[in-house]
Amino acid sequence: MTVTVFVPRDAASLALGAEKVATAIAGEIAARGLDVKIVRNGSRGMFWLEPLVEVRTDHGRMAYGPVKPRDVPSLFNAGFLSGNDHPLCLGLTKEIPFLRQQTRLTFSRCGVTDPLSIDDYRHYQGLKGLEKAVAMAPAEIVQEVTDSGLRGRGGAGFPTGIKWKTVMEAAGPQKYIVCNADEGDSATFADRMIMEGDPFVLIEGMVIAGIATGATRGYIYTRSEYPHAIATMGRAIKIARAAGILGPSVLGSDHAFDMEIRSGAGAYVCGEETSLLNSLEGKRGIVRAKPPLPALQGFLGRPTVVNNVISLASIPVIMHRGAAFYRDFGMGRSRGTIPIQIAGNVKYGGLFETAFGLSLGEIVDHIGGGTATGRPVKAVQVGGPLGAYFPRELFDTPFDYEAFAARDGLIGHAGIAVFDDTANLMKQARFAMEFCAIESCGKCTPCRIGSTRGVETVDKIMAGIEPEKNKALLADLCNTMKFGSLCALGGFTPYPVMSAMTHFPKDFVSAPLIEAAE
Amino acid sequence: MTMRISADEITQRSHDIIRDLKHLEGPMLPILHALQAEFGHVPNEAKRIIADELNLSRAEVHGVVTFYPDFRDHRGGRHVLKICRAEACQSMGGDTLADRVRQLLGIDFHQTTADDAVTLEPVYCLGLCACAPAAMLDGEVYGRVDEHCLSEIVGEIGR
Repeated sequence: MTVTVFVPRDAASLALGAEKVATAIAGEIAARGLDVKIVRNGSRGMFWLEPLVEVRTDHGRMAYGPVKPRDVPSLFNAGFLSGNDHPLCLGLTKEIPFLRQQTRLTFSRCGVTDPLSIDDYRHYQGLKGLEKAVAMAPAEIVQEVTDSGLRGRGGAGFPTGIKWKTVMEAAGPQKYIVCNADEGDSATFADRMIMEGDPFVLIEGMVIAGIATGATRGYIYTRSEYPHAIATMGRAIKIARAAGILGPSVLGSDHAFDMEIRSGAGAYVCGEETSLLNSLEGKRGIVRAKPPLPALQGFLGRPTVVNNVISLASIPVIMHRGAAFYRDFGMGRSRGTIPIQIAGNVKYGGLFETAFGLSLGEIVDHIGGGTATGRPVKAVQVGGPLGAYFPRELFDTPFDYEAFAARDGLIGHAGIAVFDDTANLMKQARFAMEFCAIESCGKCTPCRIGSTRGVETVDKIMAGIEPEKNKALLADLCNTMKFGSLCALGGFTPYPVMSAMTHFPKDFVSAPLIEAAE
Repeated sequence: MTMRISADEITQRSHDIIRDLKHLEGPMLPILHALQAEFGHVPNEAKRIIADELNLSRAEVHGVVTFYPDFRDHRGGRHVLKICRAEACQSMGGDTLADRVRQLLGIDFHQTTADDAVTLEPVYCLGLCACAPAAMLDGEVYGRVDEHCLSEIVGEIGR
């Protein structure tokens, strides 16, 4: 009987040497004349264990990791193909605590299947949502999504069903589904993992969105920094077309839908939906004023759904299992599950999908295991470069849109960057302003000019030039940017800056004063 | 190998690329990516052709090209090394890594070594944030970049 070995091809696994491991395993198989099939799966999202090699056994999949090429001969000698013990053996994959504690709905197949196998996809409940959707009226699909309580996972948290309803009711000969896969926030990689690890789920979600709203064309706009995701997604689209999931007759129905993938060119601001639409049209990625809403005048001025990857990839399970099933997870107005990405200086970094409501402390200390360096956690930045820095004192904050907003933060795309006690939060505040200055599209003054003035003002505080006056000036500048900017780039840059000043005042001490104290 | 190509040849090949892609909805970025893949940069000659073919002014085309950090107006080195400068990588010593790379290559960000071997660029997130700090050499990704990994990267550049 053929034995199946899984070696991930996720970009993070590759970054940790998975390709060399796969080559070494193939070499041993050939040298030993064994009947073994290597499947290049996505990642399970436990990056401290990558490259994580799995073997299918009668009892389930056994995990070994982190595997280096030099470990491969000893794995074969120990009989890992039969699931035998080895110093790198982690037991059954599904029993690893980090995985066992999760509720994987959106990521149920990621790391499990061959990302480009339609048979695998079907075997693990793929296309069940779309099969239901093709038999439903558009308004029924929109109602199901509305009832599920799904809110935009890109960061803004806008109810997905309401957006779809607007596009469904909009008149126009051509409507579009645009998937925002421009995942530029530091500490986030959920979109990348889906595109590399389970691309068909995104395609299925986009097709359902198309049927629901009357859109027949779709675009995935992703980043040039994600070459592996672009390659996998592009191949998946071709396979889906050949399988009749895309094309003039979706699954043999009267619905038509087709799509393609487009790459951005290194501009962070293109993750903002109106800037993304301009970029997709071939213009400079300049933010558009709203209204008009993209739902009414989006891509090429036509009605357009712009949804994040995770929002769209959550649609198939909602359609398959029903709105009530999904809505039963979560807390308050944050329904369903959220793939939390634990990153930076953390011991157990990775993707943890769970219902909303875990406290920040549980996520960072218990699931993440504290810092990788072993030093105390000083701060965590939640929600990317526009998210607030949280001190330990706020670790009781539940992971929920409203709870974070109430503490002057945001969950954004659910990335958490952990910092140990060597971090200087004044430096991080300066970086937030610097990043905004680098990435500003230039359309509005508070963002374009304010960010540069912000860097200068932090520099003055650092240099000990009228520090109290300049701290007040920085707070005033943040207020102007927050309320005067056209989009979230200028509008949210104050979050990291103000949170750093508010929660870490001891870091806002000038260098000369530090020297004098020493 | 860097080879000089004539202006006529640039014009001819640009025409071919643009004709292949101009039917797309929003063809500009696909065209610019294809031109850069072909020539290593977006040549001035090509901007004029894009303007003609897409019925835009040359200023508009120039405006798009210069908006995006990916597009160059001259060739880079034979390799492009991108070092992530974003927060998750900062938390794992990204700034120290950046200093070390600059020291090893003897150049700053946005510069190319004198022998044209490598161009050094900052990047704001490679999505490898749980195995920081991260780098990318010509599309090959590296995580938890330490001194050993860095010498491997520099070795690749030397080839």
